[in-house]
Amino acid sequence: MAFTFAAFCYMLALLLTAALIFFAIWHIIAFDELKTDYKNPIDQCNTLNPVSDPPPPSCVLVRGARGVPGPSGSEGARGLVLPEYLIHFFFCVMFFCAAEWLTLCLNLPLLAYHVWRYMSRPVMSCPGLYDPTTIMNADILAFCQKEGWCKLAFYLLSFFYYLYGMIYVLVSS
Amino acid sequence: MAVQHSSPTNGATHFHEHTSSRPPSKPCEPCCKLNSILQLGATSLLVPQCYPAPWPTDAPTSLHGYIQPGAAPQPMNPMVPNTYQPNRAPYGPPPTGPPPTMKPTSPPTGPPMANATPPPPKADAQCGWAVNSPLSPTEPDCQEEDIECPEPVAGNGPQAPNSYNHVDNKMAGPPQPGPPGRHLGHYPSLPPGYQNTSAPHNATPPMHPAMQAATQPYTQAPQPYQQPPVGPGPAQLSPSLAAMSLQSSTPEALRVVNLLQERNLLPPSPIPAPTPCLPQDLQKINCNPEVFRSTLTSIPQTQSLLNKAKLPLGLLLHPFKDLSQLPVVTSSTIVRCRSCRTYINPFVSFLDQRRWKCNLCYRVNDVPEEFMYNPVSRSYGEPHKRPEVQNATIEFIAPSEYMLRPPQPAVYLFILDVSHNAVETGYLNVFCQSLLDNINALPGDSRTKVGFITFDSTIHFYNLQEGLSQPQMLIVSDIEDIFLPTPDSLLVNLNECKELVQDLLKSLPTLFEKTMETQSALGSALQAAFKLLSPTGGRMSVFQTQLPNLGVGALQSREDPNQRASAKDIQYLSPATDFYKKLALDCSGQQVAVDLFLLSSQYCDLASLGCISRYSAGSVYYYPSYHHQHNPAQVECFQKDLKRYLTRKIGFEAVMRIRCTKGLSIHTFHGNFFVRSTDLLSLPNVNPDAGFAVQMSIEENLDDMQTVSFQAALLYTSSKGERRIRVHTLCLPVVNSLSDIFAGADVQAITGLLACMAVDRSVTASLSDARDAMTNASIDSLSSYRQSVLTIQQPGLLAPACLRLFPLFILALLKQKAFRTGTSTRLDDRVFAMCQLKYQPLAYSLLMIHPALYRIDDLTDEGALNINERTIPQPRLLQLTVEKLSREAAFLMDAGTVIYLWIGRNCNPTFLSQVLGVPSYAAVPDNLYLLPELDTAESQRTRAFIGWLRDQRPFFPSLHIIRDESQQKASFLQNMIEDRTESALSYYEFLLHVQQQISK
Repeated sequence: MAFTFAAFCYMLALLLTAALIFFAIWHIIAFDELKTDYKNPIDQCNTLNPVSDPPPPSCVLVRGARGVPGPSGSEGARGLVLPEYLIHFFFCVMFFCAAEWLTLCLNLPLLAYHVWRYMSRPVMSCPGLYDPTTIMNADILAFCQKEGWCKLAFYLLSFFYYLYGMIYVLVSS
Repeated sequence: MAVQHSSPTNGATHFHEHTSSRPPSKPCEPCCKLNSILQLGATSLLVPQCYPAPWPTDAPTSLHGYIQPGAAPQPMNPMVPNTYQPNRAPYGPPPTGPPPTMKPTSPPTGPPMANATPPPPKADAQCGWAVNSPLSPTEPDCQEEDIECPEPVAGNGPQAPNSYNHVDNKMAGPPQPGPPGRHLGHYPSLPPGYQNTSAPHNATPPMHPAMQAATQPYTQAPQPYQQPPVGPGPAQLSPSLAAMSLQSSTPEALRVVNLLQERNLLPPSPIPAPTPCLPQDLQKINCNPEVFRSTLTSIPQTQSLLNKAKLPLGLLLHPFKDLSQLPVVTSSTIVRCRSCRTYINPFVSFLDQRRWKCNLCYRVNDVPEEFMYNPVSRSYGEPHKRPEVQNATIEFIAPSEYMLRPPQPAVYLFILDVSHNAVETGYLNVFCQSLLDNINALPGDSRTKVGFITFDSTIHFYNLQEGLSQPQMLIVSDIEDIFLPTPDSLLVNLNECKELVQDLLKSLPTLFEKTMETQSALGSALQAAFKLLSPTGGRMSVFQTQLPNLGVGALQSREDPNQRASAKDIQYLSPATDFYKKLALDCSGQQVAVDLFLLSSQYCDLASLGCISRYSAGSVYYYPSYHHQHNPAQVECFQKDLKRYLTRKIGFEAVMRIRCTKGLSIHTFHGNFFVRSTDLLSLPNVNPDAGFAVQMSIEENLDDMQTVSFQAALLYTSSKGERRIRVHTLCLPVVNSLSDIFAGADVQAITGLLACMAVDRSVTASLSDARDAMTNASIDSLSSYRQSVLTIQQPGLLAPACLRLFPLFILALLKQKAFRTGTSTRLDDRVFAMCQLKYQPLAYSLLMIHPALYRIDDLTDEGALNINERTIPQPRLLQLTVEKLSREAAFLMDAGTVIYLWIGRNCNPTFLSQVLGVPSYAAVPDNLYLLPELDTAESQRTRAFIGWLRDQRPFFPSLHIIRDESQQKASFLQNMIEDRTESALSYYEFLLHVQQQISK
């Protein structure tokens, strides 16, 4: 029983996956808020996409009678898409270095998906994925929600897989 | 966690599913299929028995074969439609499944088509758009007429040409060689009424029920509206009426039409919107179809039923349309449902005097005390007689709860391009003159503000502060970091500083006469304007004549002109930068709308620039090749459009919410706006010429509901600083059988919605994808009709009567500027056509899709409309094929934004001299843009007709008079949708393609 680099990778991945699970949950909540009218798509996209400059003041007059003013509570968690992709990419590289081929193979589809997703993003001057003008389209909204659920499931499963992998590496070496 | 896991398969995705849901055996590339059809069509293998000859598609050969309508009408018997009526009984109505369930009290006078509410061009003309003044709420007579207004007076309406007259016109078709029996029902055919009289019943037995029914429509449907026609008297008409009422168990809309056999599908007059199958009392108060229209007038009960029908479900709205009579209610409490906030409307039910049940969420609400009193009748205790409950379209003056800040004043900011290129086009003169002429007609009150910014490579502001002796120009050359030199005096009160403004307008054209600056810093100018307007909100009008090439938002030319015709797929339909979109969203947040006037001869990247208007709810005007000397037609257009633009009604800081009965949900919006939430559109400005489309989906089954309702509520600040809410409510029946869904299909609305969906598809996917999707839409719906509704399978391409124009409209869309391929189309033209399809109200976009063709050298007063003492002749609509043209006549084609008057080579000399004022055909000038005002009856009729066509739309269509050999003939002939072109199918070939796909 020795503490190898592979075991270290699994431990790190375990921690980072926990973070990713948090991101996925946050993502699902964000889109649910959009769907249930709780948030303005501009504010929401500004929180989802990393923005350098502060978002413009939210629309003044449009709340009408249903008015639920949505103070964006998660200013600190702004721009979660790129961190998520980077974290995932990071531990893929770690597994590559540790020659954990099976684990790497399991992660490759998601990595490829991330690359594809980022390549096919709408025209934007800043990094980010979500366009406030199309995000309210029912198809896109449904797609994003489904994406969130699928990722949550994936991260949960991989969390337990990494746990198992870590113990296995620790025990077997 | 309150997270809903919704399935993405819903009705509105129908459009998206085509490519994937098609069985693998059907390949998805129409291109290859089309090729094979071209070959098949040549040998006509598919329908050997039906086609004696292919359709003539070539002008010169077909033009000669024509008989002038008046010249040799074949003798005919006006009694014919009646005499064969008894014959039809044994064959019965076409097999169509059970009658609609929701027709208990529908009038027995005829099939739905016959009593459908026709479109009200007349009302439109009368009602005009200038009439903004709302009637006072206490005026009793305004209540009833609001919705009724558009209903035409029987017999006088445009849809009521004499049916025999109509038959007459049909006789102008190609003469029939050969024995009539043999060619019975074949394509270039006898007028419908005649086909069956001599029909040997054994010719093609399975086709007969359909054909017989098919022959009946246009000669009979209009009859109930007719004044006693010239031919038979009322006594002769009555048998046919009787026969029709006998037959009314089969809805007219479901009559089977074999598209391959029936050629003259176009009705003689504009197609009326179908009437929903509602009890008559509800139908009477339902929303005007011009304002609020659904693609399916019968809503399917479940999503799976909708998927089966393969028709798109959606709404088309024209919410801020100028209405002649609009009931306005002032009350301190606006009665709304407590849970879903629906405004009380005619379709709610009163449980008793004190309680009402919401028709959208079914909550039971209390009737407030105030509502018990009816100000119209000044009586107490009759809440159901209140105007709110009597009118499907109503306007409320909103109390202060509906404001988050004091209503904004009307603020207009004009941003003018004054680069060398702009000065060259000479638009500044026209603009300044128009604004000077209309400066008192700008909508507003004493608080109205105006401002001006001009720009080339620098930004020029104009200080118009009261007290200055003349306007002061301030130049900011730091375009990277724009600032406002004197923030307080750039936007000034129009009334206080009118003279300075007028001075400025008079001097502006000369100020930049000698400029040599060629660059354009549009982006910075827009940013400056945004800074100027953001404290108040308002309207920016941007005039741009070239590609912005300096500072932020600079664009590059992306179009390669050589690739226009040959390119496989059109690129660059999406914006190059998100600068304009982001700025538009900022504008939208600050209640600023941006209207774009693009006057350019070169590529301007409208796809990128247009975003500034699209997301800020502005409008886009485009005048390609505008020049004050070289293009007088465009100048006239620009002048007229500008006049309308400056004086039309405007609503500021608006939002529109669309609510619908529980179970339905909104899928996608189309138009110019920003979507704030699932059912809320943010519209910084709303104008009366903006249309919207909404795709709907059915999320929960609508079991045990008889009707569903849709409500569009538009909250806006009027130019007088009043906060107002305009509410439209539409009620539609729910059905559970496919045949009823098909019976309620509204082909025009479906086409309009499909066009919007196809525009989205071309931008997100590709143009060819969008074209495939449109073709598939027609194939799928007709094949679903064939499989699920028709019980007896017959050969041919069968469609229900209400969808008989569907393939034609789809083909028209495929040949529309926005979607056509193979023809050289400038990218900006294409993008502009796409914008128009998205934000034009249905009535206008339809003409751009399928232009109207009239013969106008023989206009008569017969069946004419009478509007304001003017007689407006109503010629018959002709099909868009060269076959209908004749060298001896003159034809008018109304293509929405442009009107062509084509003069045949051997045109009637009387027409030439009396209308055009020229002695002979050779003397017709080449570039003629207006008709001379001659004092002859013919000239008056023609001018009245063209004027009437123009009055029906808010923009000004220019008139092009073209001779047979003029250069513009090509653009005229491009609109001949039913003919074959080098790169596109003819209508008949398209039908064969559709048929082939269906029978696969």
